[in-house]
Amino acid sequence: MLAYILRRTLYAIPILIGVNLLTFWLFFVVNSPEDMARMQLGQKRVTPEAIEKWKKERGYDKPLLFNAEAQGMGSVVDTIFFEKSVRLFVFDFGSADDGRDIAYDIRQRMVPSLALAIPVFLVGLLLNITIALIIAFFRATYIDYMGVIISVMLMSISALFYIIGGQFLVSKILHLVPISGYEGGWSAIKFLILPVIVGVVGGIGSGTRWFRTIFLEEINKDYVRTARAKGLAERVVLFKHVLKNAMIPILTGVVVTIPLLFMGSLITESFFGIPGLGSYTIDAIRAQDFAIVRAMVFLGSVLYIIGLLLTDLSYTLVDPRVRLS
Amino acid sequence: MSHAQEKNAVKRHPGLMVLIGVVFAAVAAMLAAPVKPVILWTDALIYLLITTLVLFFTYVRSKEHLRAPWRQVMQRPLAMVALIVLSVYVLVGVLDSIHFRKALPAPKTSVQNTLTETHYSVEVLSVLDVLFGPIREQVEKSYSAPLAVQLFTKDMVEQADGSTLRMYPRLEYGGRHLDDPASQHQTDIMQRIVHAAVQAIVLWLLILVLWVATLSWKYKTGFGLLLRQILAGKTLLPWRSVFITLGVFVFLAMLIVELGVAYHLLGTDKVGNDVLYLSIKSIRTGLVIGTLTTLIMLPFAVLLGIMAGHFRGWIDDAIQYIYTTLNSIPGVLLIAAAILSVDLYISNNQEFFETVVERADVRLLFLCIILGITSWTGLCRLLRGETLKLRELDYIQAATAFGASNTKIISRHILPNVMHIVLIAVVLDFSGLVLAEAVLSYVGVGVDPSMASWGNMINSARLEMAREPVVWWSLLAAFWFMFLLVLAANIFADAVRDAFDPRVGRGIA
Repeated sequence: MLAYILRRTLYAIPILIGVNLLTFWLFFVVNSPEDMARMQLGQKRVTPEAIEKWKKERGYDKPLLFNAEAQGMGSVVDTIFFEKSVRLFVFDFGSADDGRDIAYDIRQRMVPSLALAIPVFLVGLLLNITIALIIAFFRATYIDYMGVIISVMLMSISALFYIIGGQFLVSKILHLVPISGYEGGWSAIKFLILPVIVGVVGGIGSGTRWFRTIFLEEINKDYVRTARAKGLAERVVLFKHVLKNAMIPILTGVVVTIPLLFMGSLITESFFGIPGLGSYTIDAIRAQDFAIVRAMVFLGSVLYIIGLLLTDLSYTLVDPRVRLS
Repeated sequence: MSHAQEKNAVKRHPGLMVLIGVVFAAVAAMLAAPVKPVILWTDALIYLLITTLVLFFTYVRSKEHLRAPWRQVMQRPLAMVALIVLSVYVLVGVLDSIHFRKALPAPKTSVQNTLTETHYSVEVLSVLDVLFGPIREQVEKSYSAPLAVQLFTKDMVEQADGSTLRMYPRLEYGGRHLDDPASQHQTDIMQRIVHAAVQAIVLWLLILVLWVATLSWKYKTGFGLLLRQILAGKTLLPWRSVFITLGVFVFLAMLIVELGVAYHLLGTDKVGNDVLYLSIKSIRTGLVIGTLTTLIMLPFAVLLGIMAGHFRGWIDDAIQYIYTTLNSIPGVLLIAAAILSVDLYISNNQEFFETVVERADVRLLFLCIILGITSWTGLCRLLRGETLKLRELDYIQAATAFGASNTKIISRHILPNVMHIVLIAVVLDFSGLVLAEAVLSYVGVGVDPSMASWGNMINSARLEMAREPVVWWSLLAAFWFMFLLVLAANIFADAVRDAFDPRVGRGIA
């Protein structure tokens, strides 16, 4: 088991190098630091000195890949590639355009992000599986048909409208909770309850449909017929046999998203003014702060790779036939 | 398809002839009118896509085993309704994809010199813009509610006696024909709705009679009998649903003609543009993102997926490495990073673009490419898995044993047998991509802010939610236009999947 984890971790290194090279190419080769400075400082009326100063402050005045002037190791180390991209591997994210330490900001903003993402994930998962099982119980009846139609309609609505609608109805007309904002500690609940509800409701459509497909695929298998034939109640068949056997496809889809919960949800956080990593990312994109975007890209891919590893490990929990070697 | 077959196809299929005719007519009209045709990048790709689709369906029509699943799709009333809704959207999108620039009137000084070359307006128009002429040009000062005759906000208005009064000013265009809005407004609207309804019913009956007559001639059935069967919903294809949907669209079109020109049917936005016009202009943007993205990514996904599964070994490793790497970057961030780079490039190379529309179009194309790059991995993985399964089957083993080349095996044996997966993925992706546009525009990495899109509409209207009373019409318009398209696409995609996926057939659906 340990050897397996170790080997998978080693596999991750080339992928992270690929991600790193890709972002380096996008941010430094496609557009030179010169172009970046020009955009940040405004297109016109910008002096070469101002550009040089802007580049120096951020360390963008160095050569891209190879520093001919420096001696020894310095020719490789004293470059933008090493300073900005290789350093990411030790989670040294550097500082943002406004001079703040990115790693510190990420640690600070992780808590509100998780406070929103974890309830949405857990409640959503439970609700979707329950509804899908109920629909599967009533399969090929009017309830099933209506359930499918409703979930198709729900998933045809843009996530933006769930948020706008929720804010309008609950906060503006009913005045139940504040429209947006955040406070630390327990008082965060009154700010979080609406975003959580919105997040769960917004996911019901696609979630339910996905689980229903999985369950229906299982329901037609032979072991289900056997279970029914030996006289088990449909309820027992569904919850004990079908649910357990559907775990493999469910885990394949679900586990990989768990580490990504850290990244927060982009639009929900930004609409509700929750100071998490999602709104951090959006603000960085809008302010064109490339240092933060680079850091988040790297963090995201690390989390995704962890998710893939967790998925494989989780199979051993639900299926005794799976052996990792 | 060989050359001879192709010729045959033209002879047998009037659809192809009509398409060729339309293209020629359009070119002729362009050459005759004082306009300069502008073919944007996305336009060219749309023409390519339409040609491909026409050829594809011409081919499908000629093969019975390919027709069968499509017939199954068509026989579902809900899928047929969805197909009509999609067709209406596509029609609008195509009309909005034929662009040109009008010639400017020749300057006075060059009267004696007739050889001066004509200058063209920098404003790029489409056929849709011409059709919507009055609605497009009737720009108010600011917000006005749907069908209103006054602005939404109070302003200082100079009275006849010279004094100023703070009041809701009359709109410049909306309800201009009314002398006394207070008494005439409601009756006028009612009258126009009744007019629209009457015209719609007449037009609809005309379509119905012509259509049923054609059908009765084609199937050699009596007109009366066929009509009764259709009304009772007893026909094989759900003609009744088709006619009801068509009726609704004819009525809506008439409503736009009757009310849209005299009033702002869905109100105006912050700078006074007609919201109905903006929503309809957004259709092209949504369709382009939903279809071109797939068109761009499809060759890569199909080729790489099949190659990975068929050759295995280091090719498989390399391809898996590429898609795992791309997949591991959160989609929005990759899109944001790429779009920020493109933005930077465009703003540093302004001189390449003659007009604003061309610049926005290049950005839209890049958005499609980048969305394609982030979304091809799913299909690629599916195809790899399926190919791995297929290559172990007897008929492919036999082909290998007979010494068939890899190209031959892939093109003759594997590709046709994974086509259903490709088709299902394409239709299922469409709605997701349309929805993604709105979110990306909100994040600020979507289409150009100057381009009409539902995402941009939502984005600019969202700040007005804090207003009291609320400006709701932009949001609601964007919501309905988007919802209808995505819902229709989802329903149609479901029907396609049920018809083509061998696994679903055993289920309930």
